[in-house]
Amino acid sequence: MSGATGPGLVTGRLVRLAGGRVSVRVGPRSVAVGAVAAAVVLVGAVVSMTTGEFPLTLAEVGETLVGQGSRATEFVVLTLRLPRLLLAIGVGAALAVSGAVLQSLSRNVLGSPDVIGFTTGASTGALVAIIVLGAGTLGTSVGALVGGLVTALFVVALAAGRGTQGLRMVLIGIGIGAALLAVNSWLITTAQLQTAVDAQAWLLGDLGNRGWPQVVALGVVLVLLLPVLFGWARRLALLELGDRPAGALGVDVGRTRTVLLLGAVGLAAASVAAAGPIPFLALAAPQIARSLTRAATPVLLPSALVGAALLVVSDLAVTRLFAPVPLPVGIATGLVGGLYLVALLVRLWRGSPT
Amino acid sequence: MTRLHAQDVTLGYEGRTVARDLAVAIPDDSFTVIVGPNACGKSTLLAALARVLAPTAGTVVLDGASIASYRSKEVARRLGLLPQTATAPGGITVGDLVARGRYPHQQLLKQWSDADEAAVAEAMTLTNVADLAPRLVDELSGGQRQRVWLAMALAQETPILLLDEPTTYLDIAHQVDVLELCARLHGDLGRTLVAVLHDLNQAARYATHLIALGPGGVVAAEGPPAEVLTEELVTDVYGLACRVVPDPETGTPMVVPRRPLRSREASADGVVRADG
Repeated sequence: MSGATGPGLVTGRLVRLAGGRVSVRVGPRSVAVGAVAAAVVLVGAVVSMTTGEFPLTLAEVGETLVGQGSRATEFVVLTLRLPRLLLAIGVGAALAVSGAVLQSLSRNVLGSPDVIGFTTGASTGALVAIIVLGAGTLGTSVGALVGGLVTALFVVALAAGRGTQGLRMVLIGIGIGAALLAVNSWLITTAQLQTAVDAQAWLLGDLGNRGWPQVVALGVVLVLLLPVLFGWARRLALLELGDRPAGALGVDVGRTRTVLLLGAVGLAAASVAAAGPIPFLALAAPQIARSLTRAATPVLLPSALVGAALLVVSDLAVTRLFAPVPLPVGIATGLVGGLYLVALLVRLWRGSPT
Repeated sequence: MTRLHAQDVTLGYEGRTVARDLAVAIPDDSFTVIVGPNACGKSTLLAALARVLAPTAGTVVLDGASIASYRSKEVARRLGLLPQTATAPGGITVGDLVARGRYPHQQLLKQWSDADEAAVAEAMTLTNVADLAPRLVDELSGGQRQRVWLAMALAQETPILLLDEPTTYLDIAHQVDVLELCARLHGDLGRTLVAVLHDLNQAARYATHLIALGPGGVVAAEGPPAEVLTEELVTDVYGLACRVVPDPETGTPMVVPRRPLRSREASADGVVRADG
């Protein structure tokens, strides 16, 4: 059913199924990293479902999930904890995959959606919806999506042209992001007090006070976009060789870039719509996954699992360590991720001769 | 007969035209070498022939149909390109990089077959990099790295192979290595090769068909090097006065630049003074 490749020409293990009609190369380290991350998600899920102000046994949680719980456990499990957990998993995975794709496309660690202004743009869209249009949940989501896409198109259009496209995109994105940050602040100052407080809370990036509508919306986006991006991952790896080498290998460069870019922006915007801008996860998760797997290609599935694990653990930390008034999870990821970014840059600059 | 030719193509980037109405045919089973001064559009022409650059006018024809009408992977199964600027992802092994040449032969759910394994092994043996398979590309010398990229293009197993300045940045021994390998690919393995080279003497030695592009991207001459490479052509295309003498090793034309008049007089003075 499966067999290793001959000694040492290519890395990874060859998995053959259905009499050789399906054969996929899998890196053992990717499998291990993915498995560990999945285990962390699972443990985090159990802890977050059973602990807190209202401790439950695993059996009680199970009964409630199959519809046999009391009204109290139903409220705790189905209304409070489960949507929050699912949102953490979904947002973590969406941001990580978005970051992995965009970092690869721009051939730059800093090319992640939170650094190059895409998530800030999504926030701007959401704020316009909340403050200017007085929109509810659905309107906010649509606003975030539109804001993210418009920002991405703007950045990409400005960065288009020959030369070191990746670095140009990063620098232009940082500039646009800074400008949009100012717009966001301005929008808040124009709002009524209560709206401004709501908007500011939303801007911190939080998984609390969200519910099933956000979970379902994000779930739909993930189900639509993740398979597309996973399917195009090999083309993404070839694009890292450069546009011409990739084209010579039979990759339709323009179309591939467009599809991957739109997919990544869609994921980032959908996660902002669901939970607000959660900083640095999109930057850090793919990098952690890539260095743990030691892969020379973007590893989307391990990135997704690492992202989910990071956000589940972060959310547990802010809710359990800072009970009864939990911190927004965005503050935790911002703090940890910011330090991670500094460490990353220090290592990057030490490693390179320039 | 020709499987690959450019029909009156106009080539350029973002409004800047590099070559206008260029017509070039690659003879089947030839080792065609394209030469010409800097910025005359050699690499651009090669890119257009490989479909990684779309001509602004005219068509490139592959096997009787416009190359633009093929699916990308179909083109990549018929012709390969070794571009000048390719970056290896950090941390990739030699074997994995060469294996990427198999992409046009693979499908989403069929990512690795015995044919893939065999093609990668053969390409690495031909280019003499089989021992390097588990090494990281970052760790290699320039000469080794160039052979690895060549192996990747070979693993693609295309009947036509385009090479953009395959000898740049290599010392003379490695240049000869690469060119001898190309000659073997052409002679023993029957591949049609197209290479852009800067060194006219190497071009004359290895090419069976020479295409000289002049400034402004016009074909100044084409044909067998012995007929094409003349003093007039070099003067015409490069603006360089030269003598063309037989290569003492192979008898092919060898270009020896004349010294500018001024330095000739200077050294003549020197001779006189030494005598005096």
